[in-house]
Amino acid sequence: MSATPNGAADQPFVSHSIRLSLNGQERQLDVLPWTTLLDLLREQLDLVGSKKGCDHGQCGACTVLRDGKRINACLTLAVMCDGAELTTIEGLATGDQLHPMQQAFIKHDAFQCGYCTPGQICSAVGLVNEGRAHDSAQIQELMSGNLCRCGAYNNIRDAVQEVLGGEQ
Amino acid sequence: MTAIGKPLDRVDGLLKVTGQARYAGEFPEQGLLHGSVVSSSIAKGRVIKIDASRALALPGVVEVIHHLNRPKIASYDDAFQDADAADGSPFRPLYNDRVLYSGQPLALVIADNLELARHAGSLVEIEYATEAFETDLAAVQEQAHPSPQTPPGPRGNFQAEWAGAAISLDLRYSTPVEHHNPMEPHASTVLYQADGTLHIHDKTQGPQNCQAYVQKVFGLDKSQVRIFAAFVGGAFGSGLRPQYQLPLAVMASLALKRSVRVTLTRQQMFTFGYRPRTLQRLQMGAAANGRLLALGHTAIGQTSRFEDFSEHVVEWSGMLYHCDNVQLTYKLAPLDVFTPLDMRAPGAALGVIGLECAMDELACALAIDPVQLRLINYAERNQNEDKPWSSKALRECYSEGAERFGWSQRNPEPRSMRDGRQLIGWGMAGGVWEAMQMKASAKARIDAHGKLTVSSATTDIGTGTYTVMTQIAAQASGVSVDDVTFVLGDSSLPTAPLQGGSFTVSSVGTAVQQACEALADKLLEVARQTYPVFKDAESVRFEEGQLHTGDVSVSLAQLVKDSGQDAMEVQVDSEPDKKRESYATATHSAVFVEVRVDEDLGTIKVSRVVSAIAAGRVVNPKMARSQILGGVVWGVGMALHEETQIDHHLGRYMNHSLAEYHIPVNADIGEIDVVFVEEHDEIVNALGSKGVGEIGIVGVAAAVANAIYHATGKRVREFPITLDKVL
Repeated sequence: MSATPNGAADQPFVSHSIRLSLNGQERQLDVLPWTTLLDLLREQLDLVGSKKGCDHGQCGACTVLRDGKRINACLTLAVMCDGAELTTIEGLATGDQLHPMQQAFIKHDAFQCGYCTPGQICSAVGLVNEGRAHDSAQIQELMSGNLCRCGAYNNIRDAVQEVLGGEQ
Repeated sequence: MTAIGKPLDRVDGLLKVTGQARYAGEFPEQGLLHGSVVSSSIAKGRVIKIDASRALALPGVVEVIHHLNRPKIASYDDAFQDADAADGSPFRPLYNDRVLYSGQPLALVIADNLELARHAGSLVEIEYATEAFETDLAAVQEQAHPSPQTPPGPRGNFQAEWAGAAISLDLRYSTPVEHHNPMEPHASTVLYQADGTLHIHDKTQGPQNCQAYVQKVFGLDKSQVRIFAAFVGGAFGSGLRPQYQLPLAVMASLALKRSVRVTLTRQQMFTFGYRPRTLQRLQMGAAANGRLLALGHTAIGQTSRFEDFSEHVVEWSGMLYHCDNVQLTYKLAPLDVFTPLDMRAPGAALGVIGLECAMDELACALAIDPVQLRLINYAERNQNEDKPWSSKALRECYSEGAERFGWSQRNPEPRSMRDGRQLIGWGMAGGVWEAMQMKASAKARIDAHGKLTVSSATTDIGTGTYTVMTQIAAQASGVSVDDVTFVLGDSSLPTAPLQGGSFTVSSVGTAVQQACEALADKLLEVARQTYPVFKDAESVRFEEGQLHTGDVSVSLAQLVKDSGQDAMEVQVDSEPDKKRESYATATHSAVFVEVRVDEDLGTIKVSRVVSAIAAGRVVNPKMARSQILGGVVWGVGMALHEETQIDHHLGRYMNHSLAEYHIPVNADIGEIDVVFVEEHDEIVNALGSKGVGEIGIVGVAAAVANAIYHATGKRVREFPITLDKVL
């Protein structure tokens, strides 16, 4: 990471150059120190699949995967992602082949309006990676950081359970 | 053809699971400006001074708009009145120096980027002259006035029958302020076109409602404003009226001749409409055999100083049960708050709490099973309107729901069922919602490849509109589902009503069906003129993109070619059938709930729900089930979690975040079993389908409360039922 002054000399704003792998692509980006990962994705890279529901880490709509672990992009500064491997909802499918979790969400109708869905799916993929959930009650508990106002919880549970079952 | 009735996956599912569905605040443009709203920190008074100098001094801050420098807007109420307006004088953003409620938008900071706009907003200094205010409904309930929307008049002699009944109850319930909190915050992106017209992506349940609003408020021509809403990240009523981010973004765009986006913060999602707090009184008189002799329901709801927000809170008590002596009273008390707004099953979600909790209390007082009590008082007609029902399979809801739940195993004695330290309670309630139909239009167009495109200016707020309209179109036209595209969310499309009240399938679905049938008639006419075998064919059918008679078939694509045109299209305007007028139309439900209450800690978990629904024909069982699941989750939230708390000393909401305003999370929701009972209805509309967006929530909160009483022996009449109230 390197820091370079941004704009006029009398401004203390310093942007930082970071390198990261974003959905399989190596990227070098200049980011201001206060820019969150979520704003970087949505405002600068037009990756609007990661959603802003609260901007306070309370709803989970911005969940993305950093090095395979689920994080709230709104609580993560972009500069903290130097060297990271990031996957957003846009990077989960392989070409036209959906990720099994995406397929399961469609099959079980695990969403309605779709706004929490990218975060739910990334969170569910992260949950599978963690290997901590083994039954429905554990899925419920460990998916409770992702709010769904449409109330698709039972279907989300079924979708995650199906993918977990396929993994085991 | 059997497209209707199939559990088709959402046709927009792929876009939603891959992050490609774009919502109102997600349309980029080179040079797009970002607006950040500065909100009032006082509840009532005047703005003495707005000092924006520190904000404007920041490089990249373009403008700060407030009441003193805004573009011209209309000065008569009717310009601000929209299709879901309440009686009164609508709120006018940045109109003058008056502060009417805490959180009111007072300025819009416009800057090159989002972060700068937000930061600059914190530098705008506002001086106020504060005035005394009141935000507590309980403090002013004696001064409430009758709602301008009056409930049905009294029938029989309520007072005498109530006083003289073998059992008479007089019960009071209260429900709190609740906020819609769709996951997507309200946002408007105004794309300023080269010719000065505005293309606006808005979070709304009615693109044409917003188009008319912008047009009237800013004195524009209809052709200068076009509203898009292809995807809406939930709304539940919050998008029924144009919200203030829309006029603010338009002001900025017109003033600067630039494209502007304004997205509200989650905290600002608590600064417009909401479900109002109510105070309810239920008076019931019954004979010893359970017959309801008298029923009185009084509700007082809060409203703003500038509008009388009315909803149907007490009507349901005059129609869900047979009772000859009924008195319904509905009053409003103005406070220094914003006007309430329709929120999922508006009115019914509130009034049915009082009614169905009181019915449970009556069942206990009479020692009659709660389901049996409801059967004794079954309403064969809607006495409010003195009309028969177009259909009503509520008996089947009771019986199939009870069977699925195992209700016959219930010991009626409170605190009689337990699992270790967990007290188990079983409760039930009924629900009802109107099955309305509005005027709607749709256009159907088929091209020479046999692809059918059907369009109407409705929205899909998560309800499955894209999918069910595709199915209705496929069924009515004989085109395969895969070859049908339904287009919505654009004010330039054929007229559609607001998406609300569970009337989209009934209204837009009817228009879609009629447009596709009319298109099929045109295609048949081409076939009759072109092919001798079809000329006098008596029996023809449209299936899989083909027109058949006997063993002969011709593709619809070929018929379009035969017509000599690139495509054939039909637009129809549909309206409710006259035969509806002699009937009452409604959806019904019976909800059975199991709760587990920790005897030591008072924690309450809804472990099991059976929701039996009578809503006519189900167009897509997968989507309809999801609607009911969502309604049940909302009902659990109403029962146990949701309450926007206000500090009456400041007149301000205290828990305006998703951490402190608790909406149910995954772990809060147990098993939910949804049953659609058979219900045939040839009167409600040609589809026989009544809509399912609201009925799922109605009755749930009461059923949970009744289950909590059964578990604990404690009646909690003040919602939500938090653990401190059951300990």
